[in-house]
Amino acid sequence: MRPLTQLRSRTAVLPYENIDTDRIIPARFLTTTEREGLGRHCFTDWRYLADGSENPAFELNRPAAKGCGILVAGRNFGCGSSREHAPWALLDYGIRAVLSNEIADIFRSNALKNGLLAIVVSDAEHRWLLEHPGSELVIDVAGGFIELPDGGRFGFELDAFARHCLLQGVDQLGYLLQQEEAIRAHEQRHEAAA
Amino acid sequence: MSGPRTLFDKLWDSHQVVPETAEAPAVLYIDLHLVHEVTSPQAFAELGARGLKLRRPDRTLATLDHSTPTLPASGDGRRPYATPEAEAQVARLQANCRQFGVELHDWDSDARGIVHVIGPELGATQPGMTIVCGDSHTSTHGAFGALAFGIGTTEVGHVMATQCLLQRKPKSFAIHVDGELPAGVGAKDLVLHIIATIGVGGGTGHVLEFRGPAIEKLSMEARMTVCNMAIEAGARAGLIAPDQTTFDWLEGRPRAPQGAAWARAVSAWKSLRSDEGARYDREVRIDASKVRPTVTYGTHPGMAAAIDAPVPAATNAQEKRALDYMHLKAGQTMAGQPVDVVFIGSCTNSRLPDLRAAAAVLRGRRVADGVRMLVVPGSESVRRAAEAEGLHEVFTAAGAEWRVPGCSMCIAMNGDLAQPGQLVVSTSNRNFEGRQGKGARTVLASPETAAASAVAGRVSDAASLAAEEQAA
Ligand code: SF4
Repeated sequence: MRPLTQLRSRTAVLPYENIDTDRIIPARFLTTTEREGLGRHCFTDWRYLADGSENPAFELNRPAAKGCGILVAGRNFGCGSSREHAPWALLDYGIRAVLSNEIADIFRSNALKNGLLAIVVSDAEHRWLLEHPGSELVIDVAGGFIELPDGGRFGFELDAFARHCLLQGVDQLGYLLQQEEAIRAHEQRHEAAA
Repeated sequence: MSGPRTLFDKLWDSHQVVPETAEAPAVLYIDLHLVHEVTSPQAFAELGARGLKLRRPDRTLATLDHSTPTLPASGDGRRPYATPEAEAQVARLQANCRQFGVELHDWDSDARGIVHVIGPELGATQPGMTIVCGDSHTSTHGAFGALAFGIGTTEVGHVMATQCLLQRKPKSFAIHVDGELPAGVGAKDLVLHIIATIGVGGGTGHVLEFRGPAIEKLSMEARMTVCNMAIEAGARAGLIAPDQTTFDWLEGRPRAPQGAAWARAVSAWKSLRSDEGARYDREVRIDASKVRPTVTYGTHPGMAAAIDAPVPAATNAQEKRALDYMHLKAGQTMAGQPVDVVFIGSCTNSRLPDLRAAAAVLRGRRVADGVRMLVVPGSESVRRAAEAEGLHEVFTAAGAEWRVPGCSMCIAMNGDLAQPGQLVVSTSNRNFEGRQGKGARTVLASPETAAASAVAGRVSDAASLAAEEQAA
């Protein structure tokens, strides 16, 4: 993973609550054995009409939403399955950050491991973001704040370890492999007892 | 740590390899890693690319379930895969398991089936364990007093390489279920009722412990149904303390401890309960006697209500969208809605008692004209047991299709799916838009309600079906 310190982009808004992972990437595209190339199926059932053309009514198809790297979504974004294909699809589609007032646990963990910023903001901040699509924001990972177009700031919480991994591009598997001694000690303790 | 601890605290404490600090999450040891074809290929590839071995093949167990066809192989042994990609994905898991030395319940295994059905059946799932799988319904195994949760593919790779995960400790949430479930009301009705009560995101960040007299009375299969759907309330995991019901169910299963080791294990497992006075971060009380046959009316499992209750008016844009998608109006009841497809299966409700319950409704009756009904046992072992009792004949005589085990129409990625606009009464766990096929409308229900709906051709619970037949 490459280090990620700051992200500057405009917001696109999907105001719906409980946008589940089947919505983000339907199961019929999960037969892939790769991580790449899922962006073309991202939000597919909202994004395309029955004849395969783009659905002009879908929020992310509107001209103003094109190229926006920050998605502002309704409460409980990413609920449902544990499929990591959901953050893979969003990243491949061009989304670098998701902001909501509640984000599902497994999705959030999967997203952060892939360098997709999944950030929870307060209800009031969420409301402002929903009401101001197209805002150019700066998300500062080190500082833990989002800078608004008028210079105002929304602070956000990010687990210290997740932040460290994002900033340094830390490979978490590498970190776990370094724990070998402690892992072996645990196995010896517990398997001897069994 | 001193003082009274919850069951969850005990499971957490005993698996911390490195305790969590402000700077870093805990390194948590994983006792059992379940693997299937959909969420593992990229993890195996990562292992291969780094030249790593799978640390503990003996703690890893794989099966084929998600993209597998549920129609039998043809005479030449070819399986009717939905797409070449699905077939390639299965072949990839077969190759990976060979290369990394993982026990795979392949097509020729008499124990193959849905990952969350076979883990317990084999006795691989045991009290006191930590269990993970690249699948959110891993929460099912919590029914045995194991800390079990779904992980993403990157984490699947972590467990393969190190048998550990980096985790922050979730919060605890006690769901006390008092009283007794009324006759004709089961675990599925109860868990839908609980999710409707606490909300589809109500468990986010928490591990739910289901407890109380109504839970203690449930069979292991019913407990699995309840824990299976903990994730549908957004919870990290669901848990039920193990008791004699658990021990009796597990005893003698192939991977369960045997002989003297069994006695030792049971005595250790008896300490796996929340101590008197243990504190939970949240608690809620549910009165089981108030639960009625319950179904969903919207597009997430929290949009559930008693089958004859009026559909509530939408309170926001998302709920309005959900009702439009379901072709429903506020004030209508789910009971009486015309049905196109009925699906009995999935890791929520595909075990022997589920099939018995559905068969009891179908015996001597017929699936209504124009309704397609699919019955998909959760595993080969369930299939054999059901066939030994003649349940498959009850289903086929009623006009239902009896299939080969797999996830099937729960996730609809193997070709078993509903057409746009069709209404599916399903014993699975998710009613998201498009989950069972693009435009398909899913109504989650118990096996009894699903079977009764198939006969009536309309959404109906079993008691109402019987009453209508009497009146007619
Ligand atoms: S039956 Fe459904 S929920 Fe269960 S593992 Fe299969 S796809 Fe997932």
